[in-house]
Amino acid sequence: MKTAMNDSNEVLVDCQNVWKIFGARAPAAVKAVSERGLSKKQVLKDFDCVVGVSDASLQVRRGEIFCIMGLSGSGKSTLIRLLNRLIEPSLGKITVKGREIAKLNAAELRDMRARNIGMVFQSVALLPYRTVLENAAFGLEVRGVARDERNKTARAALEKVGLADWTARYPSELSGGMQQRVGLARALAADPEIILMDEPFSALDPLIRRQLQDEFRQLTKSLGKSAVFITHDLEEAIRIGDRIAIMKDGVIVQVGTAEEIVTKPADDYVSDFVAGISRIHLVKAHSVMRPLAEFKSAQPHCDVDALLRTSPEADIGELIDLTMQSDRDAVAVVENGAVVGVVTTRGLLRGVAGTTAGEPVAA
Amino acid sequence: MNPESIQVSPGTYLAPAVDWLNANFHPLFEAVTKFVEAVLGAIESALLFLPPYGVIVIAFVLAAVLVNIRVAVITGIALAFCFLVGLWMASMQTLALVTVAVTISVLIAFPLGILAARYRQLEAAIRPVLDIMQTVPPWVYLIPAVMIFSLGRVPAIIATIVYGVPPMLRLTTLAFNQVPKDLLELGQATGASPRAILFKIEIPSATPTLVVGLNQCILLSLAMVVLAGLVGAGGLGAEVTRGLTRMEMGLGLRAGLSIVAVAILLDRLSRGALQRGRNTRPA
Repeated sequence: MKTAMNDSNEVLVDCQNVWKIFGARAPAAVKAVSERGLSKKQVLKDFDCVVGVSDASLQVRRGEIFCIMGLSGSGKSTLIRLLNRLIEPSLGKITVKGREIAKLNAAELRDMRARNIGMVFQSVALLPYRTVLENAAFGLEVRGVARDERNKTARAALEKVGLADWTARYPSELSGGMQQRVGLARALAADPEIILMDEPFSALDPLIRRQLQDEFRQLTKSLGKSAVFITHDLEEAIRIGDRIAIMKDGVIVQVGTAEEIVTKPADDYVSDFVAGISRIHLVKAHSVMRPLAEFKSAQPHCDVDALLRTSPEADIGELIDLTMQSDRDAVAVVENGAVVGVVTTRGLLRGVAGTTAGEPVAA
Repeated sequence: MNPESIQVSPGTYLAPAVDWLNANFHPLFEAVTKFVEAVLGAIESALLFLPPYGVIVIAFVLAAVLVNIRVAVITGIALAFCFLVGLWMASMQTLALVTVAVTISVLIAFPLGILAARYRQLEAAIRPVLDIMQTVPPWVYLIPAVMIFSLGRVPAIIATIVYGVPPMLRLTTLAFNQVPKDLLELGQATGASPRAILFKIEIPSATPTLVVGLNQCILLSLAMVVLAGLVGAGGLGAEVTRGLTRMEMGLGLRAGLSIVAVAILLDRLSRGALQRGRNTRPA
């Protein structure tokens, strides 16, 4: 389900060793952290300060959907607010489109928020006394765009999210899913490069949520936007994200693609999380195949050229289908015209079960 | 020790202060008196220029066009009542007095209320002052007001303002504190200026509570008109006072009901005017 990564590797948002410490004695705590490298626990004990985000580093590239997954209290909402400086970082450097946002003055910051960084909220935050159209045009309105022009842009944005017929209604007349679409349209109307999504679909029922997840991903990709998407739901992160960062207690525990996180969890915390995730569409042939040489030495009698062929990017679901079609219990993986490995039935089972460790040599 | 000697009498300190103010700032107070009298006189003569039915028709049409037909009907009935009970002139005087007093109260209370919502220390400092303003019987601060501005409508307006400011101020602060945090965050995240956040998010979101504050301000100001009658401000208050001193049940009742009519009129008109343009439909 992953589309190919955008070729452009331009980093739009760059977060380097960012800390956020809350509390009355935060400045002293920050000093202690930067000078002595105190841990979260020590900061709480010595300074009575809560560490919201601890030494977080991440890069969001152009055209990428970057998910930040964590449970409540993990600091993900704080982290996303650091990216548009709704919260000031205590320590560290955040660069958006090459400009360090901590150094912007109030007017420059407003301009950056208005033009470059859109935001969608969990609570939707629609203005109840404005129509859907007026809500969608709000960002342009505060930027001083003339009424006709902003209404035209807002109407186009509402069309993109499928609400063209609802422009004259009030938010209270819309369902939760539709309200969140208005929130998305409002962010899109300003045509920002980066959209910050703060758990936008968490309050919706599962079916609508799924539908919006797919629509969001499709829309973001077709418009070439980058997004930072906060969620507490790993399945949502996997459905939507090109890359996923897992947060725990203010620390980014692991960053990687869905497949990397599922197949190579960084620690017990992450592996607990991924335990319940279906691997069928996540794990690809290249991580379950045996290299050709190894396979040949284990099964010298097998004629590799007679096997059905597939690409290294084929997921387990496709591999199972291929295996079922073939009269052999192995599939050859071909890259650039040459066989690079073989996926055996045993390998498939391991892939599904989540134990991708090496197979015994004698099959 | 003699208990008499430790009695505290703030008046002994305040009275000389009032005297001093009177002696040194008399021209200023006179200017204030003249200005307020002029504004009041202008409103009064505007209301009394046309015959009563002319005013009633104009008020009805204006309310129908600017607010809605329901408010227009209520306006018409309230004004017609004042006319029919024979207290037209007194009612118009009271209307002018209350309009001026409420306008000044709001001009003081609204910005202060916003500031109090922004700065906690200011709110903490204002609160006890408001408590005193509301609980000290108005007769008490009428004394220095009369001493400074002499009898008439100006001390009545001052007393009315002192009474009308606290509810408006408190409810303005409450209204602004109640603006949902996520809407404020939305304003910031979309790059809105503080001014745009104030006018496009905060004030519209606060309007329902602000309307309640204005309503309280109007009702408390009207309650003060009786007192205004006592210091020679005329209007319905004077009629009530006359009814009381002459033990004329009829006059007192007519004047009292006219006050109610004026209250309903002002409340519905202000509410309607403020809620116009925010045509939120019920969910």
